[in-house]
Amino acid sequence: MTAAQTVLPTLAPLLPELILAVGVMVLILYGAFRGERSVEGVNVGALLLLLLAFFVVVSQPAGMKVTTLSGAFISDAFSRVMKGLILLGSSATILLSRDYFQRERIDRFEYPILIVLCTIGMMVMASANDLIALYLGLELQSLAAYVIAAFHRDNLKSTEAGLKYFVLGALSSGMLLYGASLVYGFTGTVSFPGIVSALHGEAGFGIVLGIVFVAAGVAFKMSAVPFHMWTPDVYEGSPTPVTAFFASAPKMAAVAMTVRVFIGAFPDVTAIWQQIIVFVSIASMALGSFAAIGQRNIKRLMAYSSIGNIGYALIGLAAGSQEGVQGVVIYMIIYLAMTLGAFAIILSLRRRDEMFETIDDLSGLSRTHPVLAFCLAMMMFSLAGIPPLAGFFAKFYVFAAAIKAGLVTLAVIGVVTSVVGAYYYLRIVKVMYFDEAKAPYEAMAPGLRIVLAISSVVVILFFLLPGPLRGAADAAARSLF
Amino acid sequence: MTAAAAFFYLFASVAIASGFMVIASRNPVASVLFLILAFVNAAGLFVLMGAEFLAMILVVVYVGAVAVLFLFVVMMLDVDFAELRQGFQQYLPVGALIGAIFLIELVLVVGSWTIDPGLVQAPLGNAAMGESFTNTAALGRVLYTEYAYFFQIAGLVLLVAMIGAIVLTLRDRPGVKRQNIAVQNARTQGMAVETRKVPSRQGVEV
Repeated sequence: MTAAQTVLPTLAPLLPELILAVGVMVLILYGAFRGERSVEGVNVGALLLLLLAFFVVVSQPAGMKVTTLSGAFISDAFSRVMKGLILLGSSATILLSRDYFQRERIDRFEYPILIVLCTIGMMVMASANDLIALYLGLELQSLAAYVIAAFHRDNLKSTEAGLKYFVLGALSSGMLLYGASLVYGFTGTVSFPGIVSALHGEAGFGIVLGIVFVAAGVAFKMSAVPFHMWTPDVYEGSPTPVTAFFASAPKMAAVAMTVRVFIGAFPDVTAIWQQIIVFVSIASMALGSFAAIGQRNIKRLMAYSSIGNIGYALIGLAAGSQEGVQGVVIYMIIYLAMTLGAFAIILSLRRRDEMFETIDDLSGLSRTHPVLAFCLAMMMFSLAGIPPLAGFFAKFYVFAAAIKAGLVTLAVIGVVTSVVGAYYYLRIVKVMYFDEAKAPYEAMAPGLRIVLAISSVVVILFFLLPGPLRGAADAAARSLF
Repeated sequence: MTAAAAFFYLFASVAIASGFMVIASRNPVASVLFLILAFVNAAGLFVLMGAEFLAMILVVVYVGAVAVLFLFVVMMLDVDFAELRQGFQQYLPVGALIGAIFLIELVLVVGSWTIDPGLVQAPLGNAAMGESFTNTAALGRVLYTEYAYFFQIAGLVLLVAMIGAIVLTLRDRPGVKRQNIAVQNARTQGMAVETRKVPSRQGVEV
């Protein structure tokens, strides 16, 4: 028996994931031994771990583009930017959750642990360089997400949300897996560079079928139309901080995964997947803006808003160009800031032990909480895409990329639907500033203040200093082409 | 006829017969037991093909875990299978028709397939390894080297599943008397036994 020498693969690019994985095991042991008294410690520990991993990701050398672990893991500028966003989203979630979970008496140490495990899955997705790594990362992320959706287990709506998410998520994973198996069957390889060279720029019927199924799977994870049905129910039923989490970090990972699959594995057969992405994008934007009009519940409204926003982000992907991907990355950065800011405000609508979730509860907020109302108004103006707020630039970059790629119709539809969407965003501003004032809410928890302050700064002042974020997005896009 | 061929026909016929009994038997517990028999025979078929790893996995995973789980579910839920089958006669013609169409399609598709003769000649595993590895050894070699990353992530997925099951189902029930061995061991004579002086003809308060 000739023992083949195996060399330990380079693990340095994997450092952030390793920190999280090892750290989370330590936290599990700590939690298991100290029981319910460990909640505070595990929360702080998880937050520190996520921030540490964030700084490690940021400090990795800028030009580095390495694959390791037999080509399954890639670390390039794109993965680093998306991982940075994912880690920020997860850290913000932990800050947002603490107060809510304590008051709802569902404060258990498993929650931050599941968030960290979910984050590892998302980072694996962002760095996936082959279909197996992609799928495993996705499953790790989704499984943890199903559990935290049902985390308020004595609440009927939360359990329903978890179950719905689980059943539909399993279905979509199956579709993704079926597509992946077709792609593997017709190319003979699961690695993205291998698929590129096996296709030679042409795709037979089997590959097309595979791409369609993979697209269906990833569209579900991004909650893009026509695979969005779960989103409003899951967002409404889950505990509000969990909704904030679903709307932030996993979206980053899902978009990162989508870009990786289509730009990384099928760059030469753009014509095939472009039509799918264009359709999904138009349908998401339209549904996001029209279906949100009738919503009374803010969490449902944010669900439709996130569906619409994914539609806009996909415009950049549909362009299939470097500018397009740059637009997607900028869009996701700004979307993260807007979403976290909006949820920080939603989470602060509380009087004694009651949470308020409908739009009417916001009425007259400008008189009782002027700062809060101003911040929420800025978030809404930004989501509506009104200059000079960040949301305008987010849309501007993707529309510009689409026009450059010749997708003028798509860009026009995007502009039209964003005008429709402006109606319900501006209605919230109207309710806050011109309607009868209600009794004031309690003061914000410190965690919420931090998240709201940072995201407001990004949203309001992005136009003064767009350089760093644009530069990061540009480097990210360049590393893919 | 060689011994291998004889065993093939034995395993194959028992597998088909027990597969039929899974759907035909009236008692659901018997159905599950026939399912296990079918699995074991399929494992036998794998052994004949030289895929001993698949054979063992089939027995360990499907018989050991999945089928036993079925058995528990069937025994605990008390599903009335006779009632579930009530519409059987009524829908039989349509079902048989659709089944026949699928069968014809399947025969047409599979019949038109041709397998590259080159593939049939050289079994993949041995050619790639260059030596006569068993396929368990070959799998182990790539699983812990080339696919170590996937193996680790799969481990994390299982960890999440475990934590999730505990988070969603474990409850602290008040009023349940649990055994606490540390407390039991720490009991001293003084804690367990009380000595009192009993005055004559008066007794003691308990």
